[in-house]
Amino acid sequence: MAIIETENLTYTYPGATKPSIRDVSLTIEKGEFVILTGPSGCGKTTLCRCFNGLIPHFYAGQLEGELTVARLKVAERPIYEMAQRVGLVFQNPENQLFALSVEKDVAFGLENIGVPRDEMRKRVDWALQTTGIQELRERAPHELSGGQQQRVAIACVLAMQPDIMVFDEPTSFLDPLGAQKIFEVINELNKKLGVTVILVEHRLDLASKYADHVVIMDEGKIVLNGKPREIFNSEAARLIGVGIPKATRLWQLLQENGIQLEGVPTSSEEAARLLREVLKA
Amino acid sequence: MIEVKDVHFTYPTGVEALKGVSLSIRNGEFVAIMGQNGAGKTTLVKQFNGLLKPTKGEVLVDGVSTRDISIAQLARKVGFVFQNPDHQLFSETVEEEIAFALRNFGFKENTLKRRVTWALNLLGLTEYRKTSPFMLSGGERKRVALASVLAWNPKVIILDEPTIGQDHRQKEILRQFIVQMNAQGKTVVIVTHDVEFVAECSPRVVLMAQGQIVADGDAKRILTDPDITLRAAIVPPQITQIFLGLTDLGLPTNVIDVSEATKVLLEYLEGGKR
Repeated sequence: MAIIETENLTYTYPGATKPSIRDVSLTIEKGEFVILTGPSGCGKTTLCRCFNGLIPHFYAGQLEGELTVARLKVAERPIYEMAQRVGLVFQNPENQLFALSVEKDVAFGLENIGVPRDEMRKRVDWALQTTGIQELRERAPHELSGGQQQRVAIACVLAMQPDIMVFDEPTSFLDPLGAQKIFEVINELNKKLGVTVILVEHRLDLASKYADHVVIMDEGKIVLNGKPREIFNSEAARLIGVGIPKATRLWQLLQENGIQLEGVPTSSEEAARLLREVLKA
Repeated sequence: MIEVKDVHFTYPTGVEALKGVSLSIRNGEFVAIMGQNGAGKTTLVKQFNGLLKPTKGEVLVDGVSTRDISIAQLARKVGFVFQNPDHQLFSETVEEEIAFALRNFGFKENTLKRRVTWALNLLGLTEYRKTSPFMLSGGERKRVALASVLAWNPKVIILDEPTIGQDHRQKEILRQFIVQMNAQGKTVVIVTHDVEFVAECSPRVVLMAQGQIVADGDAKRILTDPDITLRAAIVPPQITQIFLGLTDLGLPTNVIDVSEATKVLLEYLEGGKR
């Protein structure tokens, strides 16, 4: 079942001379783990802002085409209604955090939608625990490091338990182990709770093993859309300058040298397994 | 040359971010400072241009202690590009943003114009000359911040997380660009989590954990040691991970680069056939 459907979606920011996204037609199924990538400035963040209604309700500007999210016509629904369906973790956590303690920030969204106190406590605890920041509970978000803030921002959205979670480069400030942990958390939300995940990410080496759908944008348009293996191995992905996983790149280089592996790897574990077969033969 | 002598630093909040760091960076070196969030990386590099002064110990830049020189004087020598461009940008147009520091340093108007054009061009920002930095994407803003520092041509360039929000192509441009600056004799210090980027650049790597330096050496040695990387919350590059999974076949483990990996594998297979 499709949870997000766009048809010829085109959007121009107020005062801009050209659209930031153009003719975007995309279907995302419920429960999918989607990676959205493409060169910087290609419209990824803009598309994400459409999913929860920030565009057009907050940013104004000119929106054309159709957008249905969780069966709701986004253009006709207020942001607060969309926000309960679609959680958006911003690229820059500082744009999202404002309270004087982490706990208050995480509870804020829940207070706004009137979640009962006991339930609120439970959800805040769970969100803090899942993101590994219980010890930051009393700290002021603005005093935390970039990476810690990023976790707080994720916890805030997580607590709302939305159907769809959109992560706009959620690990950009995190160290690789921290990033891996966040990707695992996101993966768990996806696999165990069935949350539909849209992950905007450049670090494909770390993230791509979790995805079952990859969308690549360039200059405001969708240029590639399909299964990770097919996409990463396509010549087009290379030409746009998408940083395909090194494991996939190694596979390509070996193939150019006449060495055939049994499949296209997207992770190191997979590559090691496939290489083992060839090396042992 | 930057000399860090047993530097301790405690923030006013009481957090002790640096606990006795000694490090020396020679002119023309390319150093990547890596490590866990909160390890003290940014605190350390902020000592290099005097934004922070040691609580104990001292930092010498070209033999002068950062305590004895103003930040304005130091900045001319040591350019600092912040992790978060929004902490740095404030002007109404990209062009103005880049011109700002140059004007403060007292560059003549025609030199200033030339430098602004040069920096815009270098970072592919020419089309945004008259655009507000705040209309740009995260990755683009990052490039504006970089351009505004490069414009005054400092001898030492510190880049705090330069690859955040940058796509693959821009990272490649950034890499070539760092290599080029480095070849021209500039000292480049980057603070980064981006292991794949470091694997491609192969600089000297200084690993930090809990306010101290835990390892210091060339990228190939540091990034391929699973024990060291774990201590600093770094994951070895994907290529290294592949090789670490094949050690029982007698393959080397110190491979970080994809071309090198291809070569090693081809040789291994040829050797097997003989």
